[in-house]
Amino acid sequence: MLNIIGKRKIYLGVAGLLVGIGILAVAFFGFRQGIDFTGGTLWQFKLSPEVTMEQVQSTFQTDLKIEDARITYDAKSQTFFVRTPNLGEAEHQSFATALKTKYGAFEEQSFQSIGPSVGADLKQKSILALIFVLVGISLYIAFAFRKVYQPVSSWKYGFVTLFTLFHDVAIPAGLLAILGHFGTIEIDTNFIVALLVVMGFSVHDTIVVFDRIRENLLLSRMKKSFGEIVNESVNQTLARSINTSLTLILVLLALLFAGPANLHYFILTLLVGVTTGIYSSIFVASPLLYIWQKSSSR
Amino acid sequence: MQRNPGFLLSLIVIVAVFSAAFAYPSGFGAKNLPWRLGLDLVGGSHLVYQVDLSNIASGDRDSVLNGLRDVIERRVNLFGVSEPQVYIGKSGEQSELIVELAGIKDIGQAIQQIGTTPLLDFREVEGTGTSTQFIQTNLTGRYITGAQLTFDPTTNAPQVSITFNDEGGKIFEELTAANIGKPVAIFLDGQPIEIPTVQEKISGGKAQITGRFTVDTARLLVERFNAGALPAPVTLIDQQTISPSLGINFLNKIIIAGLIGTLLVILFMLIYYRRLGIFAGAALFIYIALTLGVFKLIGVTMTLAGLAGFILTIGMAVDANILVFERIKEELKKGLSRAAAVHEGFRHAWPSIRDSNTSTIITAVILYFFATSFVQGFALTLLIGVAVSLFSAITTTRLLLEVFVEKKNEITHA
Repeated sequence: MLNIIGKRKIYLGVAGLLVGIGILAVAFFGFRQGIDFTGGTLWQFKLSPEVTMEQVQSTFQTDLKIEDARITYDAKSQTFFVRTPNLGEAEHQSFATALKTKYGAFEEQSFQSIGPSVGADLKQKSILALIFVLVGISLYIAFAFRKVYQPVSSWKYGFVTLFTLFHDVAIPAGLLAILGHFGTIEIDTNFIVALLVVMGFSVHDTIVVFDRIRENLLLSRMKKSFGEIVNESVNQTLARSINTSLTLILVLLALLFAGPANLHYFILTLLVGVTTGIYSSIFVASPLLYIWQKSSSR
Repeated sequence: MQRNPGFLLSLIVIVAVFSAAFAYPSGFGAKNLPWRLGLDLVGGSHLVYQVDLSNIASGDRDSVLNGLRDVIERRVNLFGVSEPQVYIGKSGEQSELIVELAGIKDIGQAIQQIGTTPLLDFREVEGTGTSTQFIQTNLTGRYITGAQLTFDPTTNAPQVSITFNDEGGKIFEELTAANIGKPVAIFLDGQPIEIPTVQEKISGGKAQITGRFTVDTARLLVERFNAGALPAPVTLIDQQTISPSLGINFLNKIIIAGLIGTLLVILFMLIYYRRLGIFAGAALFIYIALTLGVFKLIGVTMTLAGLAGFILTIGMAVDANILVFERIKEELKKGLSRAAAVHEGFRHAWPSIRDSNTSTIITAVILYFFATSFVQGFALTLLIGVAVSLFSAITTTRLLLEVFVEKKNEITHA
């Protein structure tokens, strides 16, 4: 049996450290924002196999006068991905013609162009949605556990849930901030959606543990201490906490390796979030509940 | 009335088989109700226009928006796109018009036709016989304030009556005055549609175009002019175009990923829970069949995000089974009979299954209201998936266990 309550300082310390790093990364690095937040154009097209990235780069810089075009090339599918500031439809058409004349075989795969005004609104909505889901789920937990009376009042379950949910989004958010700072990974609407789904899902395991604590409190409150009951409950539900997340992780891995490339970072965010969700439901939620209970009953 | 698990289970299996056949792309549902695939899977364009309503009194805005939508819808219909979608959206304080065109070839031209007013101009005609030259004048469609469908009083042929603003009226007056007895050509989108001969100087800023219109083409032209006259300009702020080949590629990849994911989940359940895993696998297939049937029946447009959402629910749907199976194992350890363990397992696992699914439903609902249309597809499939999985995990798995475990148990006890 894992001694989770006994070693709570270690487990919570690890969680606190990771969350701290996550918060600092977001605060200092910020996010590299995708075109749906900042406005801009993403253009994906194929050219004949012998065209190199340098050629396309120079075409954009010298012929088309787009200084800050960022071009990536996927050799496997012979596809160029070009990220530029917002291009109008007229520019889109004339650039397409220019590329066609210069390189012959030009096949447009996708073109996405978003004006800057859309992004500000979307940012605000995203933050609102995150807050709604955080608060909504926490309130629901407080409501669902309303019939548990002593020694833990139901709003404590709600608040602990709030903390674990925050834990589960802070870590993937921090990771993406770090990847954006040192690499080129951008966050987009999908990232927000992934965080929301992580919150909705990672609370599943927390609920299972809390449910068991509730049940065990009724069964053996007189015989055992609160700490013992919590520790037993976590251990009894350990297999299902891991297994329920594992099935989702299996599906996510399939999507990551066999699914379409444009869902890559969406799936990656989910994977990180769901994995941290396993940790938080076992090593964060219950110790937090215990500590809070201890300090308030003193 | 005695509950008959065998009968109920057979019913669910029949419905599931029926649903699977209905959902299978080339099954019997294909002709009557084909799958609705999103633009990101069939290829096409998603265009968002911002409507500038700043010069319009707040009471008139709705009617202006509706008029704008109707006009753009008719213009879009000109491209012969199958099921074009034009709808009004709100983004904060801003009104938007969203146009979705599936599988269109020349998107550049389509965008041009949607966003611009028809190009009308009057040209002077010089020279006769074989070498006719048209000389562009200042008089163009931008001076038009309105158009109307009228009929020639004598021939009853449909005509388009246009009204110029003051400036346009003056130019028209000068143009006609200078060309009395001579032809003046009217060009629409660069094509001459009528070359009438000016009889006299025309004042008052009104003109009739009597091209070779049918009632429909004349009406269309009137609408296009009136759209141009609408005091609410539109600007393209968001465009997403995906080629059909990329769409097919996405579709194939996500279906394969979904299949692999499903197989991995079932494999895991079989390895970890052995015999019980068989039931989880069976319930999962039933879940998939039912959910796909529901998607198709209520006409969910399947987008890439929507399919991703559905595949995620496959990973979540077995969770209820895991909770129940773990509980059954515990109850068996306590020394309960198999039938009692199954019964207790469901009873104890139910509150956490209910609560955890509710939290996902809360998320999906908030997502649905938060979002752009692409995210909405995801939220919708997630929501339906979780709802159906609540049913399938509890009802289907329970019936399966009741029929195949409890029955057997009774026999061995007897």
